[in-house]
Amino acid sequence: MSTPNEATMAVKAAAPKAPPAPKDEITVIAQKWKKKRGSLIMALHDLQGRLGFVPRESAMKLGRAMDVPLARIYEVVTFYNYFKLEAPGKYIISVCTGTACHIKGSAELLAGLEKELNVHEGESTPDKEYHLQGVRCLGCCGLAPLASVNGKVYGKLNTAESHYVIERIQVDKPMVNAPEEAAE
Amino acid sequence: MKPEELEVKAAAELAKQEAFDARLICCSSTGCQSSGAAAIIDGLKAELKARQLDAKVQVCGTGCMGLCSKGPLVRMTSKSQTEILFSDIKPEMAAAVVDQVVVPVLGGAKIERPGGNLERHSLDLSEPFFTMQHRVVLENNGRTDPEKIEDYLAHGGYQGLRKAIAMSAEEVCKEILNAGLRGRGGAGFPTGLKWDITRKIQSDVKYVICNGDEGDPGAFMDRSVLEGDPHAVIEGMLIAARAMNATNGVFYIRAEYPLAVERIEKALRQARTAGLVGKNILDSGWAFDFEIRLGAGAFVCGEETALIASVEGKRGTPRPRPPFPAVKGLWDQPTCVNNVETLANVPRILLRGAEWFSSRGTEKSKGTKVFALTGKIKNNGLVEVPMGITLREIVETIGGGTGTDRKIKAIQTGGPSGGMIPEHQFDTPVSYEHLQQLGSMMGSGGLIVIDDHDSVVELARFYLDFCVDESCGKCAPCRIGGTQMLRLLDRIVKGDGTEEDIKNIRTVAKAMQKASLCALGQTAPNPTLSAIRHFEPEFRERLKETAATA
Repeated sequence: MSTPNEATMAVKAAAPKAPPAPKDEITVIAQKWKKKRGSLIMALHDLQGRLGFVPRESAMKLGRAMDVPLARIYEVVTFYNYFKLEAPGKYIISVCTGTACHIKGSAELLAGLEKELNVHEGESTPDKEYHLQGVRCLGCCGLAPLASVNGKVYGKLNTAESHYVIERIQVDKPMVNAPEEAAE
Repeated sequence: MKPEELEVKAAAELAKQEAFDARLICCSSTGCQSSGAAAIIDGLKAELKARQLDAKVQVCGTGCMGLCSKGPLVRMTSKSQTEILFSDIKPEMAAAVVDQVVVPVLGGAKIERPGGNLERHSLDLSEPFFTMQHRVVLENNGRTDPEKIEDYLAHGGYQGLRKAIAMSAEEVCKEILNAGLRGRGGAGFPTGLKWDITRKIQSDVKYVICNGDEGDPGAFMDRSVLEGDPHAVIEGMLIAARAMNATNGVFYIRAEYPLAVERIEKALRQARTAGLVGKNILDSGWAFDFEIRLGAGAFVCGEETALIASVEGKRGTPRPRPPFPAVKGLWDQPTCVNNVETLANVPRILLRGAEWFSSRGTEKSKGTKVFALTGKIKNNGLVEVPMGITLREIVETIGGGTGTDRKIKAIQTGGPSGGMIPEHQFDTPVSYEHLQQLGSMMGSGGLIVIDDHDSVVELARFYLDFCVDESCGKCAPCRIGGTQMLRLLDRIVKGDGTEEDIKNIRTVAKAMQKASLCALGQTAPNPTLSAIRHFEPEFRERLKETAATA
């Protein structure tokens, strides 16, 4: 593995007046944030926003491009709940486990979905179609209990009817985090 | 923009709004958005256009109007009629709203629509839920369009900033101190004092940070303010910066609140274009700008030193204080961290004066407080009440009780750092001191109601489990103490607990409270301790011995 220093030195050496080379997304993200102090988390948000998670190779590439050691990136990624290290399923079902939802039976809803999809919380179905996770308060407590699927909120759910969530997904097909092809 | 232009723009916007005969204002915050608010706005616009009424009736979005459980809410104001508030509106009802309500208001004949029985969707505005609230922080929610700076200007926006620019930094601090505003994040430190301490520290670079990392599960006040009135928070930040001679501003917002981030970004762009943010603010030669940083799901980042570490792009772990952030904060420079609701109060204080603000509330807790009323309560949603109101008035009168035949057993304020308050203590007035005396705290404003079917033992376990999961692991009392306490509590929940376990919980809790590095560990035992304090029999019922003899 080439050290991050070597890589950045190469970038620095090539930088002056060089015509803009074709860039891939990670380089674009790195360049957007590199000059701003302490922006690693923002760069990781951008990365996960594009890919749906933080793959190891991308983390390495980002590290080289931003001159941040891989250990620092993992230190951050593993600390915060928001970042994912593994590819989630196509439909990410986030069951809110905040207090208001808890009181209104989110545990029952989550258990029902586990049974329905035959996975545990935090896992994806083998066909990678669904990913089930319990998440921290989504801030729509007035609609408790609720689940959000790729950012679309389904509120006032009946905890005994977890199947309804799956049905709605099949109808609505909410897609937000779809990994797009490299823009350039 | 020159200061005088504020009035010109405000007057122009007001004239524009007055040219309409009626206004349909639809809640467009996260809760109502998920129930189709955007489609309702589009539907209403299309129906009006089809009837060529779009020049007479304005349709716009607005911030959270409070009654989230009955959303989406649509409010209608007009010149000829008193306002009407509709609940549970669906996109397909747009035609009915226009033909049965809007057309008659404009002097036309009412046309009945099948299935459009709007009577039962119209809320009674004389209900205590509406009449007993006092809106200061939320005054623009339900009134202005958060995506339009002109609407904010038309309602006195940026006039507080204008005043602040004409004052000295010291005078601004004094004004806030005299108003008696205290930190709305929960701890209740006097805001004016915090600013004054930061002001007195000499430095070329100083930061103001807005803490929008609302981590308390079951609370959404800050989200609603950021989404509903982003310019008020920006103006509050600018005034804070002015009071401390700060040079840079940072918004730290939860990544889980995409709409709040979007609204702040948009508002910042508008304010920059208008010359209210950036270089030469209000033609005063003063320059100030903001950056936005997203949180990434860590409850501990609500603690200011952890938040600062996170803004620096690091793991959000707290560090010992002193040095306090006022001396050494972000990038080792003097820094002041303020909560969203605190900042949203600021422009109003500057505009209307310290005396106006302090006329509400108790001796030591002034102004109003926004609460997120959730759990087993009829009127689920966001309320703003004057300090000093009793808990019973909030829960039973404004909240309408459980709305079922069950009885309210207790409430929890302050989230995972707060405590449970049993029903017989509901006559306590709301203030920082009173809630602390009850073994709870004001917290950021989450207010969860549980009924007589809910188990306090399990709720205590829920909160403790949350804190253990969110402990950053830096200091031993929180990391180890929390885990041990959870093991003991788990035993009780499962029916394997003994008398000794209750005693040990108290011992571990004391160690955590005294020795933890930050507020997360110091307050993590609160829900459990308050539950034992008020509901000890319920814990004993679950003990092994009791179960054996029963």
